[in-house]
Amino acid sequence: MENQFTHAAFSNYLNEHRLMGSRDKGNGAVFCPPRPIDPENHSSEMEWLEFKGTGKLQAFTIIYIGSSMMIAAGYDRKNPYCVGIVKLDEGPMISGLILGVDVFHPESIKIGASFKAKFIDRGEAEAQKSFLAFEPV
Amino acid sequence: MSSHKLARGVALVGAGMSKFGSFKGKTSRDLFVEAFVEMLESVDKGIDQKEIDALYVGNYSSDLFEGQGHIAPIMASWTGLNPVPAVRVEDACASAGVAVREGILAVASGMYDVVVVGGVEKMTDLATEKVTDTLATAADVQYEIPAGFTFPGFYAAMATSYMAAYGATPETFMKVGIKNHENGSMNEKAQFGAKISTLMEARRQSAIKKGLPVPEWDSELEFLHDDKANPIIAWPLRLYDCSPISDGAAVVLLVSEDLAKKYTDHPIIVAGMGQASDGALHDRKELNSIPSARLAGEQAYRMAGITPADVDFAEVHDCFTVAEVIASEDLGFFERGKGWIAAEEGVTSRDGEKPINLSGGLKSKGHPVGASGVGQVVEVFKQLRGQAGPRQKSGPLKYGLTHNVGGTGQTTVVHIFERRD
Repeated sequence: MENQFTHAAFSNYLNEHRLMGSRDKGNGAVFCPPRPIDPENHSSEMEWLEFKGTGKLQAFTIIYIGSSMMIAAGYDRKNPYCVGIVKLDEGPMISGLILGVDVFHPESIKIGASFKAKFIDRGEAEAQKSFLAFEPV
Repeated sequence: MSSHKLARGVALVGAGMSKFGSFKGKTSRDLFVEAFVEMLESVDKGIDQKEIDALYVGNYSSDLFEGQGHIAPIMASWTGLNPVPAVRVEDACASAGVAVREGILAVASGMYDVVVVGGVEKMTDLATEKVTDTLATAADVQYEIPAGFTFPGFYAAMATSYMAAYGATPETFMKVGIKNHENGSMNEKAQFGAKISTLMEARRQSAIKKGLPVPEWDSELEFLHDDKANPIIAWPLRLYDCSPISDGAAVVLLVSEDLAKKYTDHPIIVAGMGQASDGALHDRKELNSIPSARLAGEQAYRMAGITPADVDFAEVHDCFTVAEVIASEDLGFFERGKGWIAAEEGVTSRDGEKPINLSGGLKSKGHPVGASGVGQVVEVFKQLRGQAGPRQKSGPLKYGLTHNVGGTGQTTVVHIFERRD
């Protein structure tokens, strides 16, 4: 089989500001990011599915010592960022930058609160890439 | 159908480790040699190096940390073991624990009688941000790292999930750190082998010497709440919730059980082991427990024919303080959601019912990632044989458990060791 459910395909959709995953044609199980094989029934009969991008925050952190990528994006100890895991309404959980929250009052950020996808563009011209983030609904 | 039993018994008859710390001018091989020689010296009746059949080396990323790949034959060369087969094992921070397992399987298969298993990592040559990036490669670089996650960030996120579910607070995790530093203060091999109270006093003295305003902390907890003394790394985790960046090596000697008495009258027997794998953190059904750790623990208990209550002490993977609390539940020592209460009540302290990380854990002892799993086994070997010096737990001790996690639980490997004599 030729695998079309690749990271490149997911990223290309993300660059179009679409959050895409895969769906098992047999049992309807959904995956985001897309998986080529359903880990439950091991089927590889998949199709693309567009996710609404809405979901609920499951876990988060405020990062003061960031990765090189985030330091390059302008974050540091004085300007920390929130990253979290969101359970999409369709079921899967996914990691993303969390925007629009008070990073200096983490107790104000509630697990279970509703968030929706927001696509962040970084880089110029052909090097421009979109990243998945979430903001409060 | 697999039996999930060893085809023959395997015993631990020697163990050694370098000091863990930050060692300018020492490379992986230098540290590995130190641990190897200490291992040889620990074999009660001695060993002729010619009897060694193979070498397994846990190592996470010498390629990125030191620019040196293909590290196992180099370790064999520098310890005089060439031309025996030398195998590098990589499963992130569980590399060394998995190397122990592979060594056990090799001896149990009958292929080899005598195997050396080591672990080594030299991390401090790189600047902190490069270390952060190197560790991040143990996560999913396609779907986790682009979100901005770091390793402290992953465990901090697990901490928020745990706190929201069960009511623990950041102070719970601070207490784990205080306990592990107390244990580590009795370990001469520890990188930060000082109590938090000692570190706090050192900071005060340093301020006095420099003529700076002298901070007044009433307690260790107050010190740990101070943003200046204990800065936030990834909320709710602060500096003293994180294991350090470390250099170090550890080495153990495994032999078939029927040969053990040739090397010592007090062998330590491999009673049980388990290992499991998993996907990215966001790909699991729950975020405040590590499913692979639960599975690895269950396998190990089943193989050993014991229950969590039978374990006398454990060395668990406290890469971050919250990880120790979660581990104490995943291993069945406490019910889900009750581990933090046990930690607060001192159940896991050295005089408690279930001592955890008598060595000081990764938190105080240090965490040279690809060596830590073997370092845990070294501690269990010493404790079970009554050779742990000032930190020796009073006995009798029969079962010691090690729990070594790679990433956020993409790998967990558990071993149960038993003293039978």
